[in-house]
Amino acid sequence: MPQTAPRKRKAEPKKKSLKATKKAELVPEFAPPQTPVPTPTLPPLPASTPLPQPPKVEEKPPETTLVEMAPIRADEFDPYFKVEIGKMHGGEKLKLCFQCGTCTSDCPIARFSNSYRPRHIIRMAQLGLRDRVLSSETLWLCASCFTCTDRCPQDVEVASVIRILRNAAVKRGIMPPIFKELGASILDTCIAYQIPELRLKKRGEAGLPPLPKGNPEAMAKLAKATGFWSTVRGEAA
Amino acid sequence: MTAAEQGSSSKRLLFLGCAVPYRVSSYEISARRVLSKLGIDLVEMPEYNCCGLPIDPVNHEMMLALAARNLCLAEKQGISIVALCPGCAGTLRKVNKKLKEDKALREKINGYLKETGLEFRGTVEAKHILQLLVEDVGLEKIKNAVRNPLTELSVAEHAGCHVSRPAKDVGFDDPENPEMLKKLIEVTGARYIEYTDKTACCGAPIAGVNDRIPLQLTREKLHHMKEAAAKVLVTVCPFCHMMFDTNQLRIEKMFNEDFKIPVLHYPQLLGLAMGLSPEELALKELRVDPSLMISLATRKTEGN
Repeated sequence: MPQTAPRKRKAEPKKKSLKATKKAELVPEFAPPQTPVPTPTLPPLPASTPLPQPPKVEEKPPETTLVEMAPIRADEFDPYFKVEIGKMHGGEKLKLCFQCGTCTSDCPIARFSNSYRPRHIIRMAQLGLRDRVLSSETLWLCASCFTCTDRCPQDVEVASVIRILRNAAVKRGIMPPIFKELGASILDTCIAYQIPELRLKKRGEAGLPPLPKGNPEAMAKLAKATGFWSTVRGEAA
Repeated sequence: MTAAEQGSSSKRLLFLGCAVPYRVSSYEISARRVLSKLGIDLVEMPEYNCCGLPIDPVNHEMMLALAARNLCLAEKQGISIVALCPGCAGTLRKVNKKLKEDKALREKINGYLKETGLEFRGTVEAKHILQLLVEDVGLEKIKNAVRNPLTELSVAEHAGCHVSRPAKDVGFDDPENPEMLKKLIEVTGARYIEYTDKTACCGAPIAGVNDRIPLQLTREKLHHMKEAAAKVLVTVCPFCHMMFDTNQLRIEKMFNEDFKIPVLHYPQLLGLAMGLSPEELALKELRVDPSLMISLATRKTEGN
């Protein structure tokens, strides 16, 4: 029986650290890799179309701290997390995910990232690994292209679940700095980018009508009602 | 006036969004010229705000409120919206649909909007320029407007994800087998080039968090286009355009490669076919030099 042989071999380090191996057996998905993941010097290419000459690529610095790869403690599971997500718009079908991996295999970001895997994020959400998934940096690598959502055979709105998780991370104060900039710009100018004066002047020269004036008062009212204000301004509404 | 009646009228509110006036005015210039030539009467949209998509990861309700406010402004004028950015169009369509279907959500968002003196009723439509061209202008009318068929050009497309994704919310074209931009390119007389993974994302949305992954995605797509011998790329999204045009030189340097594929906004391509001049279509604003493409496109008219 060839299958039992490697198992026995695996069991050997058990004596050293019984705890760690048990956890790894429980949830092999997140078990720490036995060998360190090599940092590729070339970008992974799609299997279907090998490029004739792989071009030079600069060395990839590690993308994340890989919190999702650390061993899981029993007290991390929160069975109500999936229920909470299930009540939100777009999170209704989270429980239906059977981990087929269509999302990850079709994800454009996952092709070039050595850490972002939508299937992992969905599984972490299902298991209720609240702290782990909300503090994961990879949560912010989804490009919202919705390929996963469109192709999920179980109709799980993968990108929407990720959006729900991001919103929850923001409530804990976790958010890449770019979003604070975009948010501040919306509150100040009503659009997400501060358009330089020179650009506005150029519009006239190009024969374009002036950019319509926004209504920052309306932005402030909506932002205060939705809690967006305190996220961006860092002060109570 | 119902949404259907507004659809048949030629008036449209032009929703500029954020990225177009910020970086890609060539898209706006060419779209305005081409749409007015095709009989669309564009109306400015006072007091509009961001569609909400950029801050959806931060606060979903704020996104809904921002999108709904724009729809309310259009409802007040009784004119449907055309957006140049597929992100804006997709968001407005999605929120319009959601708020019409979900009474509880509509009441919640209307509660927020009440403070600004607005109420969402769901009486207008929002469309991306591609959808407007296909459904409201019509391929036949566009075909008749072509004066200078671009038979010398081999054109590839990158439509951008949000033109048709998520399919059940946007409800336009088939994201797995998109045809609309293809038809619109073929109508100009150009040769349409198929290439590997043409529906793949360019990665632009995460550029603010991680810029290496988007550059690699874009590089891979440029590679596939080059392999397929595409001489021109057409986009209909300001973000995709920044990835392929603005960043093309950077990608060439970074990966030590050579692409030199000019990246046009679709209205620029259509404009050339309709006989508008490169100046009128703001072609000189493109970063990747389009002069070879322009000489191929205008060869016939000059020869006559």
